[in-house]
Amino acid sequence: MTQFQLDFYTILPLTVLIGWASVLLLVDAFLPPARKGITAALSALGLAVTLGFSVSQFGQSLLGFGGMAALDGFSTFASVTLLIGGLFGVALAYGYNERMGTQRGEYYTLLLFSVAGMMLMAQAADLIMVFLALELLSIPLYVLTALNRSLTSEEAGVKYFLLGAFATGFVVYGAALVFGATGTTSLAGIALLATSPSLMLSIGAAFILVGFGFKVAAVPFHMWTPDVYHGAPTPVTAFMAAGAKVAGFSALLRVFATAFTVSAPDLTNILVALSALTMIVGNFVAISQTNIKRMLAYSAIAHAGYVMMAFVPYGNPQVVSDSIAAGLFYLFSYMLTNFGAWAVVMTLEKAEGKGLEISDYAGLAKKYPALAAAMTVFMLSFIGLPPTLGLVGKFYLFRSALAGGFTGLALLGVFTSLVSAYYYLRVVVNMYMKEGDPIAESEPGLAFTTGITALLVAALSFAPQWLFWLASQAVLK
Amino acid sequence: MEFLLQPLTLMTFFPLVGVLVILFTNSERKNLIRWIALVASLLTLLISLWMFSQFDATNPNLQLEAKYPWIQVAGWNIYYYMAVDGLSMLLVLLTTFLTPISILSTWAAVEERVKDFMIFFLLLEVGMSGVFLAQDLFLFYIFWEFTLVPMYLLIGIWGGPRRMYAAVKFFLYTMAGSILMLLAILFLGIKTQTFNVPDMLALLPALYSSGAIPAQTQMWLFIAFAAAFAIKVPMWPLHSWLPDAHVEAPTAGSVILAGVLLKMGTYGFLRFNLQLFPNATVQAAPVIALLATIGIIYGAAVSYAQQDVKKLVAYSSVSHLGFVMLGMFALNAQGVAGSILQMINHGISTGALFLLIGMIYEQTHTRDIKVYGGLWKITPIFGTMMLIASLSSMGLPGLNGFVGEFTILLGAFGSQAIGSPWYAGVSAAGVIMAAVYILYMFQKVFLGPAGEITHHHELKDLNWREIATIAPLILFMFWIGLYPKPFFDILAPAVEKLLAALPL
Repeated sequence: MTQFQLDFYTILPLTVLIGWASVLLLVDAFLPPARKGITAALSALGLAVTLGFSVSQFGQSLLGFGGMAALDGFSTFASVTLLIGGLFGVALAYGYNERMGTQRGEYYTLLLFSVAGMMLMAQAADLIMVFLALELLSIPLYVLTALNRSLTSEEAGVKYFLLGAFATGFVVYGAALVFGATGTTSLAGIALLATSPSLMLSIGAAFILVGFGFKVAAVPFHMWTPDVYHGAPTPVTAFMAAGAKVAGFSALLRVFATAFTVSAPDLTNILVALSALTMIVGNFVAISQTNIKRMLAYSAIAHAGYVMMAFVPYGNPQVVSDSIAAGLFYLFSYMLTNFGAWAVVMTLEKAEGKGLEISDYAGLAKKYPALAAAMTVFMLSFIGLPPTLGLVGKFYLFRSALAGGFTGLALLGVFTSLVSAYYYLRVVVNMYMKEGDPIAESEPGLAFTTGITALLVAALSFAPQWLFWLASQAVLK
Repeated sequence: MEFLLQPLTLMTFFPLVGVLVILFTNSERKNLIRWIALVASLLTLLISLWMFSQFDATNPNLQLEAKYPWIQVAGWNIYYYMAVDGLSMLLVLLTTFLTPISILSTWAAVEERVKDFMIFFLLLEVGMSGVFLAQDLFLFYIFWEFTLVPMYLLIGIWGGPRRMYAAVKFFLYTMAGSILMLLAILFLGIKTQTFNVPDMLALLPALYSSGAIPAQTQMWLFIAFAAAFAIKVPMWPLHSWLPDAHVEAPTAGSVILAGVLLKMGTYGFLRFNLQLFPNATVQAAPVIALLATIGIIYGAAVSYAQQDVKKLVAYSSVSHLGFVMLGMFALNAQGVAGSILQMINHGISTGALFLLIGMIYEQTHTRDIKVYGGLWKITPIFGTMMLIASLSSMGLPGLNGFVGEFTILLGAFGSQAIGSPWYAGVSAAGVIMAAVYILYMFQKVFLGPAGEITHHHELKDLNWREIATIAPLILFMFWIGLYPKPFFDILAPAVEKLLAALPL
């Protein structure tokens, strides 16, 4: 292959997806409003085709565009996770938008663009690319958040946009400082040039951390999360919770583990504090939530804290690859559980934000035993109890924290898991132990997502070795 | 197929066949569902007896092994590894024995959501058998935590008025302990690069003697495991979830909770604490003995103060399990053997008491001691059964409780590890106190003038189904009480092997 071909091979799935999304934008413009199902189907097809390309690249390891974009096990694993997430995002949205009267073709194209941004994020091997990817993933998300045009949705969109722009500023400023310290923006170049720790480099890295801390909803950069998750259309929330988290952490892991290992002594304590704070605040504040969207928002914050735990020992060469694998494994398991839980939420959601209180779940087990059983599986997976993938994920995470010598953090992790059991169980208490008469919508997309994720979350916990193996192949180049 | 036909695997997962069949049965056909569950659990019992017939009691080692690599990633070495030895054999049989009895006891008691009830019950059996058989710490942890969910639902859905509170309390207490154990398991896994217990046991002595795991760390690991098990037992002062869970749980739930779930805690100490952390075990023995003794006296004293029969029996469990812990940490052959036998005894006696209390509660819907009285005249069969169960529970010679408690006290008196005969001396008072609270309860309920309830209700004596439910338990009370040798024979070689490994 020529260099040109190689360059594009590196970002082949991404190219396909962007191309597909651009064409779809045109196609959608000629479709009458009643036939947006075609757009949805085509976008799902696009994601599936891209997924095929991405899987076909498994085991490849390349650098393209003069070291701007990397293709390796890590990026492939993240891309596959993101594309599956995108597929669920489409599956959840179509029926929901029909039901709520918010069907718009743009939803699907914007989603594709956002997924493309997320994939680029996982591949970015240069701070400029990181910034580009960040914008590509964020701007469609801002729009998606406000897409409902209801007051809460618009408020959420504006809030997300303003704070998101602010956070992006931090990333750019951080990148500038790093450039100032080393004279390059390439991750490999920074690693090569920054041989001794420097304050400017560390500050730059910390600023980048702030920006991404915002994206993954780490405390204290989480303030927007509950409001935005609450106000955004529910399928967008589901997609945002999983996708933005996977993308944000992919970028953090790659940038820090490749470029900033020299600053690790300065940053480790900050990371420990971020992880600890995120777990504590997320879990404790979730206890007092009565609205399930807000509860899941705080739960999303808490889980960012857990993933952060995998990221803490990034400067320790002995454990770093294992802990990156643990982080990716956890993100994958979180992605599945998250979409499942949100699918159940949407099954019970009614127009104008009704049906979203946890007490609305009372009596679910009697009337819809399968739905309640699936929700129980998701709640158990969030807590980290068998027979779910969440248990295996936490097992892996805590193991890597212990192996890295962060016993205190691991202890905090298990204790906050205990706290989380309290509020996740409240959903189970309502479903199984209280009387009520909930009404569930029957939509193929929701039923499909709920069923397949519940099945995978349970079944993969018995056969996690494949996922383990894939995650352990996800080394950074 | 070969995988499924291993006796231990087949036995553990057979209840799932029942679950599957019930899943596809119309939930309106309650009797059919009950029969399916009963048959499934009886078949499980049969399989466990077949498994027992292949067990060689003279062999102290793990037997009937089913071992398959499961998660083999670098540094993980997780196996699907099930095996049984003298330490766990009786407990496994207790599990498969008590499950059909409990299911039979729900025939009239559970009318609501029978389908769900039976599904959860059979799932619970899978978890319990797995806990006693798993020889890989990862697998063990999965079974251990898995038992939480069905029991939580059993208490929370079919329990008494404060069922949700009790269910959540049960869940959170148990989980609080097991998360510490999780960290300890992970730590051991990192140090030994395996989760397989026999492999770990082979590697650990070198790690201890070389200082790779210092004595202090060993003690912390011991404490982390002990936290999980002590809550489950429950040992004083971690027992406060037990009365709530017992009182609120439906009868079958109480039977299984007292009969089997609590034994998971004592078994955990025996299998993991004693074997994995030998030095720490010897060091901790006096402390555990002290806590056990306090538990014995405290449980007995609080039992006496109860007005609710079920609560009385619940607190008596704290006392009885104190004996189990005292015997185990005597760390001599008598103490440990008595301790294992007492686990079985407690399962049988307390199981029987909960069943009987449940049978009368179904008719009167009260458990307040004050409103009963003079029951003996109206329900003589019930009274006789209750008398035997009570006497067994308080340790009357000739019945099972005596054999266990006597052996335990004998062991504790002569124990080097505990270091003082005073613990046994004080605990012996617990036996007397047991007689006081049990006979007090018996007198108030069955003797004397007829109470309020006895006047106002047309009380019926036990029917054939109820007699069939309770009779096997009574049989074992006499069998163990009069001729315990076959039971001791099963566990003695394994106990000897266990003790030989301790640095005494």
